[in-house]
Amino acid sequence: MSGHSTYEPQNKLLQWLEKRLPIGALIHSSFVVYPVPRNLNYLWTFGGILAFMLGVQIITGIVLAMHYTPHVDLAFRSVESIMRDVNYGWLLRYLHANGASMFFFAVYVHMFRGIYYGSYKEPREVLWILGVIIYLLMMATGFMGYVLVWGQMSFWAATVITNLFSAIPGVGETIVTWLWGGYAVGNPTLNRFYSLHYLLPFVIAGVVVLHIWALHVVGQNNPTGIEPKSEKDTVAFTPYATIKDGFFMAAFLVLYAWFVFYIPNFLGHADNYIPANPAVTPTHIVPEWYYLPFYAILRAIPDKLMGVLALGASIVILAFLPWLDTSKVRSARYRPLFKQFFWLFVIVCVGLGWLGSKPPEGIYVILARIFTIYYFAFFLVILPLLGIFEKTKPLPNSISESVLGAKA
Amino acid sequence: MKMQRKIIVLALAGCIGAAIAPAVAQEHDTPTPPMLRWSFSGPFGRYDQGQLQRGFKVYKEVCAACHSIQMLAFRNLADPGGPGFSEAQAAAVAADYKISDLDDKGQPTDRPGRLADTFPPPFANELAAKAANGGVAPPDMSTLAKARTFERGFPWFVFDTITQYQEQGPDYIAALLNGYEEPPKGFQLPQGGHYNKYFPGHNIAMPPPLQAGQVTYDDGAPQTLDQYSKDISAFLMWAAEPHMVQRKRIGLQVMIFLIILAGLMYFTKKKVWHEVDKPSAIARGQDPKKTTI
Repeated sequence: MSGHSTYEPQNKLLQWLEKRLPIGALIHSSFVVYPVPRNLNYLWTFGGILAFMLGVQIITGIVLAMHYTPHVDLAFRSVESIMRDVNYGWLLRYLHANGASMFFFAVYVHMFRGIYYGSYKEPREVLWILGVIIYLLMMATGFMGYVLVWGQMSFWAATVITNLFSAIPGVGETIVTWLWGGYAVGNPTLNRFYSLHYLLPFVIAGVVVLHIWALHVVGQNNPTGIEPKSEKDTVAFTPYATIKDGFFMAAFLVLYAWFVFYIPNFLGHADNYIPANPAVTPTHIVPEWYYLPFYAILRAIPDKLMGVLALGASIVILAFLPWLDTSKVRSARYRPLFKQFFWLFVIVCVGLGWLGSKPPEGIYVILARIFTIYYFAFFLVILPLLGIFEKTKPLPNSISESVLGAKA
Repeated sequence: MKMQRKIIVLALAGCIGAAIAPAVAQEHDTPTPPMLRWSFSGPFGRYDQGQLQRGFKVYKEVCAACHSIQMLAFRNLADPGGPGFSEAQAAAVAADYKISDLDDKGQPTDRPGRLADTFPPPFANELAAKAANGGVAPPDMSTLAKARTFERGFPWFVFDTITQYQEQGPDYIAALLNGYEEPPKGFQLPQGGHYNKYFPGHNIAMPPPLQAGQVTYDDGAPQTLDQYSKDISAFLMWAAEPHMVQRKRIGLQVMIFLIILAGLMYFTKKKVWHEVDKPSAIARGQDPKKTTI
């Protein structure tokens, strides 16, 4: 699918370089003449937004690391020192903390878009699985970054999450001790989390390269879910996709800036402005908002080991989506039943998020159980069966026909 | 299909209703702190210099007896966007404090504070603080206004993103200082505890710290408990977020820039795409350049 490059540099130096390393042709074929379906909507701009957010997180993170001290006695203080004494340190930290939230918000839009339009279906299975791997790495990175603040919620989140591994029969306790580097969450834990929090974003960047590579092999899906058939169905990446991505990224930045400058602590937890204290447990230990649906699933199940397994399964199941969804039709546009179950799935995910922030008692637990059942049923029952029983709407003959109407 | 949709909607409405009911029931237990008017709220908010100076006086004369504020430096008092002390005034404040240090011979000594020093804590260490306060160390006040909050609940927390309500901390602290009262009948108050209607669980170790007339204001502001609690809450907000004024000022500039940028990008996008977006006119043979955007 990558566009045939006719790139021939005029400049003598670039010609010299091109003969030895054809990087100009690579960029030209990938980001200039690369054909994209002409009917992509704004939901397709989130891939670019995600790449941008990864860049923002790495750059702000590297500068923050210059001022941060990964030690249990100094970490909280050093973060506050960034907020107070480092020039524009407050800006760097709020960009980084809210940047993580924006990153996850964008990735959720990106994932739901992929599910709605069936972007994981043949031949895009590997592209999708690479995306699931990126998401897993993001979760690990985000969690460890949250711990670095070393506030009350950092410390207790670290304790709760690492303790999940103790549910593994036989070797659980050993694994937890190994993860902690001791017999409790302490300085070795903070140090290794810092090291890994610095490493993992670059691993993410590597997998992102693979993700984009796979994308450029199979091409983008589009709202109709049918492959481009002729040149009429596509436009060149530049200027069409670049300007569209650029506009929506600017609009997304308005949202990001709103959080950074006006409500920077809205998505955080007040308890994380209290220095970590192993002797005092907060009343409610809650993770960052982007983990809340999974936290709700974990707590919905009365047995610890089963809860941990359900938590893991709820993420891993995504990787099997290309084979769980048996429908040959990709886009929800032509799948009337799937469309309804999809929106119910979105409501259930948001609902699980809300329940994850509530104490695990009374009605909240019952609701969380109902929602958890739907979450898994969506993948394991509804999607496989829909492909067999659903009566889909007729597909258009081509992308341009769906855009222009049959007469063109 | 319609039936199916109705069932889904009804089921969801039922779930949400059932979930909200216990939350409402809990509210009678601990009242929600009243939302006060703060000069620093909203996109154009700034700290009121006079209020911060009064709040600092309350901290210095009352709170500082038990609460440290170790991340605040004397130089911060003269920082822009803060209480507006001159550098000389801040240095004079610093000089009133004794800082433990080593002298030239390496011997422990107490010297007068300097601008670069942070406020010294009232107790030598946490154990001393605990021992002097009935077993509970008074929390450090540097980030207190950001470390205290109360549950907003659905749907208010959603509206807060639009209204930019971020003052739960100072609202809570001001309410708490006004929230001491006699325990209701049947409430078992443990020894050394004090009843406060805004404190979670109502049993707070801190005795009522402020009384009307306790701190003398020289700017004519009323010397009431209500005024004291507002002033100290504002001061603590500044201590927790000393660069807020700069943040909101830059925020406005960034917003104006981004909205103009997004607008320009939008029209550029429309221009670039019009040949693709106006395909029917072009398909009818019209010159693409002559179609309107």
